Amino acid sequence: MITIESLTKTYGSSTAVDHVTFQARPGRVTGFLGPNGAGKSTTMRILVGLTPATSGTATISGRAYADLPNPGREVGLLLDASAQHAGRTGRETLSIAQRFMGLPQQRVEEVLDLVSLTPQESSRRVRDYSLGMRQRLGLATALLGEPEVLILDEPANGLDPSGIRWMRGLLRDHADRGGTVLLSSHLLREIEVVADDLVLIGNGRVVAQGAKSEMLRSTGSLVRTSERDRVAAALTASGISSSVVGTDGLLAHADAEQVGKVVFAAGVHVTELRPADSGGLEDIFLELTAQTQREHPSHSAPVGATS
Amino acid sequence: MTTLKTRDKTAPDRSPLQSEAVHHAVPLHRIVTIELRKMFDTRAGYWLMASIGITALLATGGVALFASDTQSTYANFTKAIGFPIAAILPIVAILSVTSEWSQRSGLTTFTLVPGRHRVILAKAIASASVGVVSILLAFGVGAVGNLLSATIADRPAVWDVTATEALLFVAGNVLGLLTGFMLGVLIRNSAGAVVGYFIYTFVPPTVFALWAASQNAFANLRGWVDVGYAQQPLLELNGGPTQHQWAQIGVTAVCWLLLPLIGGLALVMKSEVK
Repeated sequence: MITIESLTKTYGSSTAVDHVTFQARPGRVTGFLGPNGAGKSTTMRILVGLTPATSGTATISGRAYADLPNPGREVGLLLDASAQHAGRTGRETLSIAQRFMGLPQQRVEEVLDLVSLTPQESSRRVRDYSLGMRQRLGLATALLGEPEVLILDEPANGLDPSGIRWMRGLLRDHADRGGTVLLSSHLLREIEVVADDLVLIGNGRVVAQGAKSEMLRSTGSLVRTSERDRVAAALTASGISSSVVGTDGLLAHADAEQVGKVVFAAGVHVTELRPADSGGLEDIFLELTAQTQREHPSHSAPVGATS
Repeated sequence: MTTLKTRDKTAPDRSPLQSEAVHHAVPLHRIVTIELRKMFDTRAGYWLMASIGITALLATGGVALFASDTQSTYANFTKAIGFPIAAILPIVAILSVTSEWSQRSGLTTFTLVPGRHRVILAKAIASASVGVVSILLAFGVGAVGNLLSATIADRPAVWDVTATEALLFVAGNVLGLLTGFMLGVLIRNSAGAVVGYFIYTFVPPTVFALWAASQNAFANLRGWVDVGYAQQPLLELNGGPTQHQWAQIGVTAVCWLLLPLIGGLALVMKSEVK
């Protein structure tokens, strides 16, 4: 269980993290989602004591990270796969962590096997590693102490597609076994597959949070029709707001059944009517972070066209 | 049908996670041994350590070959060996601290041991142990050199180092090493701290020496401000410092070593580890 309460971090006049409050619960994968520079990494760094907070608290299983006697046994961390001594071999990097945690040497071989680093690869120096291999080594370090809580900052970076799938399986499985997983990403697609809960952050503030299923439901329905204006008018008349999507689409802020009734009553034919799923979430994501993101795209980004 | 062979297994462990197991704090001796290991486990670290032994042998050879019979004493052997070692030891201490920041391994170290003061203390102990062992090595190699050169020249070996002098020699070198350690803690960047170390050891002493040469009044005061000059009696294997000189060692160590070290430690405790 990770509990973050009103966490704030300011650097001079700029606020990197602004009263962030959320929980990552056991048995669930919590996706921490936001554009670059939103404050995800800073929040995670404060959580593990690498960065001092300006105010607010962050605890893991009810205790501050610094009060954990042997943190590696309780919390598996991957903050930055590049933050490893370039001159050490992968196996040596793990051996050091294994010694800190007071684990048997054999555990190093086990995690190397788990993250599929071959003996040949693990005896190479980290400076010769690709980003994907560093990521695997970082994951191996995080998993070494068989921790209950996993905190991973952009763990899929640099992994190949099969590696990403494997990692998702690993995280899903960790949560299913009762573990707590906090996982950050700036890619919605990457996180929505595996996350149970979502915390969306933009400009240092939590802009939305909740169970993924709830958040998906609240996004509404997608209607495709050649008579968009009539559908929009009918929806407005029934008190349902909608927004234009692509060339022939509407995103209605109501569930598909309700929208279907309205459209049927209006006697307009549609080519598609479905709950707006991932694309809808992507829409919220872009919408919620619109003020904070670097690019300012036009409003009619087609739903579901991004991948 | 083609099957894609991937490196990733898909048979996950299904056993439940350990709950509420009691974990014990990472003991200090464990951190010290890990920090010692970290000094040797990279190529750069390994050769830096090896260079201590290599320069010891080279210096012994040099004294054996080029020193006159009257100069071939145990004290001279030890000093000749100690000179390059005294230059290397602070670098060992610097890198032990700064690599956590420059190589960013601190992200792992300071999250596995959140008490940063314990990591820094362990590094100080590990560095000082390397210093003590290296100087003992200097004494050992010096003894062999002294014995060999006396045998070859067919004269009795001169053993002119007392136990007290030897202890002071060790202490002087550990002080020098702690200077490097202090700069590492204060600067927390490998290149910066090494440059800082060379400036620290060469610039003020030169300025003070010139000043002392031009002004008699300062020449008398020099021992109170010039840290290297004040510590010289420790390294001379010649009876050791007088009481007056001890006072100078103390005053300069507080100003040039202790105070900046305290400042550096405060920064280490508060700063972000990036």
